Amino acid sequence: MSDGYTSGEMMTVTASRALRDGQSCFVGIGLPSEAANLARLTHAPNVVLIYESGTLATKPEVLPLSIGDGELCETALTTVSVPEMFRYWVQGGKIDVGFLGAAQIDKYANLNTTLIGDYTDPKVRLPGGGGAPEMATCTGEIFITLKHSKRTFVEAVDFVTTVGFGRDGTARDGVPHIGAGPTRVITDLCVMQPDPETRELTVTSIHPGVGRDEIIEATGWAIAFADDVTDTAEPSDQELHVLRALKARTETHHAAS
Amino acid sequence: MAEFLSLPDAIARYVDDGATVALEGFTHLIPFAAGHEIIRQGKRDLTLIRMTPDLIYDQMIGAGCAKKLIFSWGGNPGVGSLHRLRDAVEKGWPRRIDILEHSHAAMANAFEAGAAGLPLAVLRGYIGSDLPKVNDQIKFIECPFTGERLAAVPSIRPDVSIVHAQKADRHGNVLVEGIVGVQKEAVMAARTSIVTVEEVVDTLDTHPNACVIPGWVINAVARAPGGAKPSYTHGYYPRSNKFYKDWDAIARDREAFTAWLDEHVHGKTHQEA
Repeated sequence: MSDGYTSGEMMTVTASRALRDGQSCFVGIGLPSEAANLARLTHAPNVVLIYESGTLATKPEVLPLSIGDGELCETALTTVSVPEMFRYWVQGGKIDVGFLGAAQIDKYANLNTTLIGDYTDPKVRLPGGGGAPEMATCTGEIFITLKHSKRTFVEAVDFVTTVGFGRDGTARDGVPHIGAGPTRVITDLCVMQPDPETRELTVTSIHPGVGRDEIIEATGWAIAFADDVTDTAEPSDQELHVLRALKARTETHHAAS
Repeated sequence: MAEFLSLPDAIARYVDDGATVALEGFTHLIPFAAGHEIIRQGKRDLTLIRMTPDLIYDQMIGAGCAKKLIFSWGGNPGVGSLHRLRDAVEKGWPRRIDILEHSHAAMANAFEAGAAGLPLAVLRGYIGSDLPKVNDQIKFIECPFTGERLAAVPSIRPDVSIVHAQKADRHGNVLVEGIVGVQKEAVMAARTSIVTVEEVVDTLDTHPNACVIPGWVINAVARAPGGAKPSYTHGYYPRSNKFYKDWDAIARDREAFTAWLDEHVHGKTHQEA
C-alpha cells in the first residue's frame, strides 16, 4: 500500500465510485454514508441521497452520527414520514441503490445484524434489522461496504437478517418484484461481485499493494477469484482532499455537540 | 378535545401497570421527560413498543418497567449497544424481558394499519430473512388478485401512545415539524394518547400541509420544555451527541446505571428534570 492514503480511504473512495451521478441511493449510517457523501461531493453531484428517517435528497455538510440527525432534515429537499418512506419510496421501487454495512456477511452475501451465536442464547446481541431487510429486496441493487476480516466474512452467517442470495444462492430466483440484490461488496482489500451462475461472492478487483494471500487469509471461506481480476484504481488527490475535509468537518462538529 | 394536564397527572391517569405503551419519535423528538415520569411513578409490566428503543427504553428497561419489548432496531445510534436492554435479554437484570423483533418497514406499516383501524398490515417484506422464524407475529398471505406472496403483521394498537412535539395551541392541536417519524400514526393507532410539547401558543401559525395532530384525537397535552433531551427538537435545541456517547459507559455497569437513575430521574421532579 502506498504511503499516500490509508486502506480505509481506499475502501471509501472505491465504494463512492460505485455510485453513478443521478442515481437515487438509500444510505446506511457509517461507512455507506461516508462513501455516498463523498460521491455527491466529487463525481456524482446529482446523486439523490435518502436516509430511512424520511429525508429525501439530503445534502449534509457533515456526516450524521445517527440516521435522524437534524442536519439531514435541514439540508433535505423534503422530509416524509417513516411509513411513507418504507411504503412509497422503498417498497414502491423508487430507489436505485441501497448502500449497506453489516456485522457479518457470508459467501452468498447474506447479512447478519441480529446476533452472533444462537437466537435463544446469543453470544453477542446486535441491534437487529432496521431498514435493511426490505431495502435489500425492494431497491434496484445493493452495494455493501465493510472491512475485510475472517470474523466478518464467514462461510454462513449465524442469522440471515437481510437476504443476499440465500443459503444456497437461489433465494431471489422466481420472486416477483425483487431487486438484483448485492451487486458489489467493497472492502479495504478488494471488490467482490456475485458469480453470474452460482451467486457466490468472487473477487473481481484487487486494491493496489494487496496480495491474493491477504484476501484469502481474511476470508472465512475458500474465496474464488474471477478470471479477469483487475487492479482497483488508486484514489485521486481530489477525492482524498474532499474525503479528509469532510471527515475533519464532521469531527469538529460532533466534538462540539 | 385534548385536556391540558401536568405530565405527572397525565402519566398517572393514562399509563396503567401492564399496559401496552408506545413512546415514539424516530431519533428526533424522543419523549424522554415522559419516560422518566413513568420510571418515577414505578410503572411495571409494560409492553413497550418503539421502532428504535434508543436510550429512553434502555433506561426504562433498566429501571424495571418492562416485561416485553417490540422493536426493529435496538442500538445506541452511532455509538453501539444498548447495554441495559442486553443485560435484561441476556442476564435477566433487573428482570427477564421478552422481545419481539421486526424490520422497520413492518413496524411502520403496522403503526399505519393501526391508525387506519385495520387488523393487519400487508407488505412486500421479510423475503429470505430468518426473522419470521423467531417472531410468530410475522405470517405470509397470498394476494387474492395476483397470487403474490406477501408478508402480514398485526397492526399496532397501543393502550397509550406518547409523543413529543414542538407546540400545541390552546385547543390542544399539536404541530410536529422536522423528522416526523411515525408519531402521527402512533397517536392515531392508540386507544389513548399523551403529547408533551415544548410550548403552548395562541396559534400554531403554520402552513396548510403541515403535520398537525388535531386536539380531538389526543387525550392529554402536557407542557414539557426540553422534554426530548438528550435527543433533539427541531427548531429548539440540538441532539446531545455527547450524552449518547457518555451513556455507553453509564449503561455498561449496573451500579453506574443505578446511581445515574437515582440522581437524574428519581432524584428530580418533572419540573426540575
